Amino acid sequence: MSNHGDADSAHPSAPVSTFVWVWIFLVLLTAIEVYLGYIELQPKLMLTILMGLSIIKAGLIMSWFMHLKYEKRSLTWMLIPATVFCIGMMMLVFFWDSLRLAQLRPH
Amino acid sequence: MHEVKSQAESTPWSGGGSPFAMGSKKLGMWLFIVSDTLTFSALLVAYTYARLNSPNWPRPFPFNPSIIFSTVMTIVLLASSLTMVMAVMAAQRKDRASSVKWILATMFFGLTFVGLHMREWFHLIGEGLTPTSNHWGSPLFGAVFFGVTGLHMTHVVIGVIYLGIISIGFGRGKFSPEDVEVSGLYWHFVDLVWMFVFPMVYIMSVSPR
Repeated sequence: MSNHGDADSAHPSAPVSTFVWVWIFLVLLTAIEVYLGYIELQPKLMLTILMGLSIIKAGLIMSWFMHLKYEKRSLTWMLIPATVFCIGMMMLVFFWDSLRLAQLRPH
Repeated sequence: MHEVKSQAESTPWSGGGSPFAMGSKKLGMWLFIVSDTLTFSALLVAYTYARLNSPNWPRPFPFNPSIIFSTVMTIVLLASSLTMVMAVMAAQRKDRASSVKWILATMFFGLTFVGLHMREWFHLIGEGLTPTSNHWGSPLFGAVFFGVTGLHMTHVVIGVIYLGIISIGFGRGKFSPEDVEVSGLYWHFVDLVWMFVFPMVYIMSVSPR
């Protein structure tokens, strides 16, 4: 194992209240998402906003609950761009095609 | 830290350090999380592709009760994440008893989520939804619904079992606070996936009034 990598060593963190606030924020964002569904926003706009909110929620969970904010910055740099790149590649390959197909068919 | 230091300066290249100043278990879990993220992303991208190209994609979830029910499920899962944070904090201050209690609370919320989810599944199955057919529109809807939520629920169940093992081991002093933290990472990941599944599968399928 490592000499100093264990969580037993001094681990910078935040008080409980910070995590409770993050949680409250997550619940609020969820409420906004549900509200959008309630008012039946038109699909394309709703999806865009929902994805934006979900990415914010994901960022909150990763930064605070998963402690990424308090780890070495290099970990974030290693994990996030690579993941975003792979997802981006998937989307590029799929959606180029699917959006073209969607335009071919009369709706 | 290092007992033997050569005449030269100690540098990272001398060895013996940890990348990202992190134990290998924790780093391993992060890397696994990245791979699992890509698995779920592939599934969700496939869902989007199928939906964009099906003229008859159904939207069978009335706001009341379906969306309200799944919102409750979402809050339950979020609550489980908060209790997990408490468990990890208790573990890090070596309060084993408290940490075990918080882990049990997390498991309770996780099982509640699964129970609610299974109830929803049986309701939909009762309405004729199967992985290959339904009365509402494209047969792919069932495949997507059961595939995505099923894979997620599997992760939740595995997570509850994992947490159970950790709570027993940590309570008995066999596992370290790091082990609790690593299980916390997995659990938060499961919650994170739901943050995408819920809007994409449920809210985007609200039936028009």
